[in-house]
Order: sequence, then structure tokens, then C-alpha cells
Amino acid sequence: MEILIPLITMGVLGLLFSVGLVIAYKKLRVEENPLISKLEEILPGVNCGACGYSGCRAYAQGIVDGKTEPNLCSVGGNETAQKIADLLGIEVTQTVKKVARVLCQGTIALAKFKGEYRGINSCFSAQIVCGGNKLCEYGCLGFGDCVRACPFDAMYIGDDGLPVVIEENCVACGKCVEACPRKIIEILPVFQKVIVFCRNKDKGSLARKLCERACIGCGICSRACPDGIKLEDNLAIVYNPLNLPQECLPKLEKCPTKAIRVIGDERERISTQQRAG
Amino acid sequence: MLFNLRKRTFEGGIHVEDYKELTDSQPIEVLNPGEKVVIPLHQHFGAPAEPLVKKGDEVKVGQKIGEGKARFSAHVHSSVSGRVKAIDYYNHPSGQFALSVIIENDGEYTPFEEEKEIKDPFSLSPEQIIEKVKEAGIVGMGGAAFPTFIKLNPPPDKPIDTIIINGCECEPFLNADNRLMIEHPEDILRGAVLIKIATGAERIIIGIEDNKSDAIKIMESHAKDFPFTEVIPLKTKYPQGAEKNLIYALLKRQVPAGGLPFDVGVVVQNVATAKAIWEALSKGKPLYERVVTVTGQGIKEPKNLLVRVGTLLKELIDFCGGLKEDTKMIVMGGPMMGVAQWSLDVPVIKATSGIIALTYIPKDHEQPCIRCGRCAEHCPMGLIPNQLMRLTKFGEIEEADKWGILNCVECGCCGFVCPANIPLVHWIRTGKNKVSLLRKQK
Repeated sequence: MEILIPLITMGVLGLLFSVGLVIAYKKLRVEENPLISKLEEILPGVNCGACGYSGCRAYAQGIVDGKTEPNLCSVGGNETAQKIADLLGIEVTQTVKKVARVLCQGTIALAKFKGEYRGINSCFSAQIVCGGNKLCEYGCLGFGDCVRACPFDAMYIGDDGLPVVIEENCVACGKCVEACPRKIIEILPVFQKVIVFCRNKDKGSLARKLCERACIGCGICSRACPDGIKLEDNLAIVYNPLNLPQECLPKLEKCPTKAIRVIGDERERISTQQRAG
Repeated sequence: MLFNLRKRTFEGGIHVEDYKELTDSQPIEVLNPGEKVVIPLHQHFGAPAEPLVKKGDEVKVGQKIGEGKARFSAHVHSSVSGRVKAIDYYNHPSGQFALSVIIENDGEYTPFEEEKEIKDPFSLSPEQIIEKVKEAGIVGMGGAAFPTFIKLNPPPDKPIDTIIINGCECEPFLNADNRLMIEHPEDILRGAVLIKIATGAERIIIGIEDNKSDAIKIMESHAKDFPFTEVIPLKTKYPQGAEKNLIYALLKRQVPAGGLPFDVGVVVQNVATAKAIWEALSKGKPLYERVVTVTGQGIKEPKNLLVRVGTLLKELIDFCGGLKEDTKMIVMGGPMMGVAQWSLDVPVIKATSGIIALTYIPKDHEQPCIRCGRCAEHCPMGLIPNQLMRLTKFGEIEEADKWGILNCVECGCCGFVCPANIPLVHWIRTGKNKVSLLRKQK
């Protein structure tokens, strides 16, 4: 008979708790829009944050709440945006595919160095020792903080000491831009073929001493294509990539340091030789 | 030995081979700069000074050429007479480029104002002293180069009772302060009295490490003539000269985390700063020269030199017989906290206490941390360097902040004792930078 006491006690307790649970489920239930889960399934689920939200679910919530546009996911691109639009029954504008570009050509051979760096293998750490071991204050340090930050295996450090972006893998999430202590990586539209591969704002005479590929601010390019290129702080900037007529492109080859370049139609994967040449 | 054990000191720290014998008996020699003098406008903690001269101007010795306008800044004075060749970016001891006034030295050293004798500087009011110290561009000459007028002007709710004159010079190799104490004890003590007047303190303590027995003897014999002044020998240990450790060693007062010596009623000044204050107030001479120890196994004739700010490093080294062939590294400052130089075309600044040519490169090839805890045992600030390193390494920046990473003084004890050769200070410095970035974002 004694066995009945624990059995009954546990049984009653179990009953009580289950009733409690049922009440809690009915009363405290939060109604969630089922669209959010559906959207989350469409989104790639890498939680990279390129859309400006902390993750894919937060972005889905944002879309459903009408706080944001459905075409901000750079990982999924236009395809995902279209799917979202179909689901919600709205129109989306096509976005331009973008890619990360490293704006430095100061390879081991072409840039000048202060000395041997012995320390932690990280750009951020190298930057706080004498401002990095490269003479140029704006150049790539080449210790690969961007490579480590990339969640898509789209970057590696080339043999010449500069990071290379694999365009097929790059989804323009912007993690590398954040990681770079020198802020020389920029997310640019894929169609932009004219790029200033330098961020040096020093005067021409100094810039020349620091690196063979530095922009010296001579203004040849901005005079050739004034509608698309301008000079700012001794640095050429392509401010309007759509406004560069075909006929002015050959003039850009006159750049004395080859800091500004027109990258080819076929995928530009700058090899060491090309950079060195 | 027993006597030694009873001497005052702080907790933690390390015993380093001091190599002081290379220059401790070398009297201070005067070295005048060559034709080109480069005076950086940023020689102190805080914002850079703004140039007051332009290309082509004639300047004279002691003329103000840069004005520190920000709250934390200091004036910069010309150390030579001549013509301003350019105002341009030039190599700076920090390893970066800094805006500097480049002057063509005419070698005549015409003073800007005739040295005027102030009859009795001791009769000046605290405000007058602070104003003159500010005008003379005096900064802490121990290495951090913190503007002195700020230190002499504590907030009114924090009364100062003790002035500590820092004669520890705990960094190995250096003898600049040691020689100053031997050769100019009177000036240092008079400067200390002026600091006492400016801050309204009651007493002066001069802390000297016991490896400088000559300096202790001389300072003690002169200190007798000054009331409420005491020389206290300290057990030799690095980093005794760090403000917070020195206060603890002498007074057993602990400066709170993130606090300043003001908080415990103390002002600490280096001996060279005290001398500079005396010279500024008695002769009206701004800070444009300092004593630099040029030493190390790589220097042929190690010396203590009185050099003008802006003299180039190579001139100092040439004056000391040049470099030996096996020199591997040149460090400006002490070997523990100094900055390795990548060029000899670098000017001496107000904070340059020494130039050291090393014939070996400090240890290399890092191994994994074995958690032996030696770094924590030796940390003078009571931090746990290996934990801070790990938190930084794995991006736990907020956590590192909680573990007190910002209290690190970057003395280098942890890295020195680490059996695995981990660059702990570099990691912690990385972490400190990341913490301040994070705080800025918030």
C-alpha cells in the first residue's frame, strides 16, 4: 500500500503543473506573424549583418514591420529580394551587385617599409607599434585582419603581401571593411571598372617616396574625366562611376604611378606579375 | 643584506640587470646640434602645439615656436637660433611622422630674451609659478611627458600634502637623472620647493633607488638645508619609478584604479622636471634642452649628454664614437618601455631620457601559455596579464575592460618574465586600444 503514497503525490503534482502549463500557454501566448518564419527560411541564414540588422531573423522582422526594404540582403542578392517580394506581394527595385575592393597596391616589392615587425600577427596590433611597419600611413599592412573577419572565405593574402578578393565568394557583407584598421577596403559596385587603388592623402612629393603605386594627386585623371573623377586632399576619387564616357578611359592610362586603373571586362584577378609590372 | 630587505618598495615588479655602470661615472657633457634642427610640435601628452612661425622666419633660442592651445598641451620653444627652413612632417621618435619646425642652425645661439634674474622666485604666488611653468613649456621629463602645469594645479577639493621627487630611474641603462642629482642637487631641491609652494604641500620626499649610492649621499647632504625635505632610499626594483608604485613604496598609499596621485594627496615630479622648473623661474629659461644617456653595448663610448631638443639621433651617436658593427636595435627611452627606432634621422624630444643601442634582439619564438602565473605574480598593478591576453585574443573586449585592462601601465614586467615568450604587453595594448574604441562607439 505504501507505494501508493508517492505515486499519488507525484500524479497530483504532475496534474497541477500540466494544468498550469496549459493555462500559461493559452493566456501568455505571443502572437507572431507566421510571415517572419517564412521569410527567415528564404533568407540565407548567415547572420552577417550586411543589411544593418543583427541577423536574418531580425531583418525578417524588420521587413514584416515595414521598417526596411526587402532588397538589402547582399548575400542573397536580387534572387532573394524577388522571392521576398513574391511572398509579400510587393514590388522591389533591382539592386546592383557589389564587391569588396582593397584600395592599395603597395606590395612587398613596391611599397617601402620602416623595418622588421616582430609582434602579434594582426593589422590592428601592428598599427599601434610605430603606426605599422609600412612607411605609408594609409597602406595595407597585410597581416590579414580582413581575411580572418570574412565569413565567406572570399579573401586570402596573396604572395605579394596584399589581400585578394575572390569575387565569386564575396557577397559585400562589409565585415572586412569593419575589420580593417586602415579603412582601405571599400564595397563598390561590380560594374565600376575605374578604381583608384590608393588612399594616400599625403602630398605628391612625399607620397612618391613612400610607395611606387601611390596616388600623388597630380590631377591627370580628374582633368581627363572631370564628370566622374575629382581630387580631394591630394587623392583622386571616382565620385560618379556612371559618368565616365568610354572615350576618356584610355587617358587614364597616363597615370604616372598607375594608382588609377581600368579593370578588365573579364574578371580582374590581379596577379603578382601584373601588379609588379 | 638584512638592511636591504627592510628598505621600502612596492609589490610585484622585477629585478633586472641594470647596466648602469656603463655611464654612471660619466659627467654630463654638452653637445651642440649640427646645421639642421628638427623640433616636433608634438612632444608631450595631449594635443600637438600649433606653429607660431612660418617658413623663412628668424628664430632665437628660447623663442616660442609652437603654442599648446588645447587643455592638455604644452608650448614648444626653439632650442637654437637661425632661420626656419620648413614646417613639415618629419620622423618622430614615436615611429610615425609628426609636424615639425625644421630650423637651420646658425651656431650662434642668440637668446630670445636676455636671461633675467628673478631676485626671489620663492616669493611668487602659486598662480604665478603655474603660469610661468606653463609658459616655459615644461612637461614631465621621466618619459610620459605629461604637461607639468596641469599636475601642479590639482582640483580644489583634493588637498596635496606631499611632493614626491622621483629619482628612481628604475629603467636599466639610463643615468640621466642620476647624473643630474650628482651634479645639480641644489637646483633640483629648489625646484622641489617651488612645486611645494605651487601646490601648497607640507613636505617633500625624494625617492632614490639604492643602486645610486652617490646620488643618495649628495642629495642627503644638500637636503639638510631645506626644511621638511627628506631623502628616502628605496630597494632597487623595476618599475619603481612608475608614479603609482612610487607612492605606494614611499607612503603605503594606494591610488585608486583609474585615479590620479591627486586622489591620495600626492604630486609626483621627476628630478629633471624639478630642475627645469627652477631654471624656468630663476632665469626665465624655457625647456629646450635635456640630459640624454647614450649607452648600450653597441655604443663605442657611452656618455651622458646635455643636448638641445631637436638634435638628430645620428649626431648624438657620432659624438659617442658611433655604433659597433654588431648593433641590432636602437631604442629611444629605456629598454623596458622605450620605442625601437627605424631611422637615425629622428630628433631628440623633451621626453627622450636615453638612447640605447642593443647588440641582441629581445627574445622571440612564442610558445603556448602554460598558465604558470608568473606574469600575475610580477604585475605591479595587480592585474592578470595572461587572462587579459586571452580575452583580447578571443575578442571578449568588454570582459577585458571588467578585468581592469585599462589599469595596465605597460611596464613590460609580464612579458619579461614570461617563460613562453608571449608578447603580453603587445596583446594588452591591443586590448586597451580596442576597449577605448568600444567606449567611443557607445
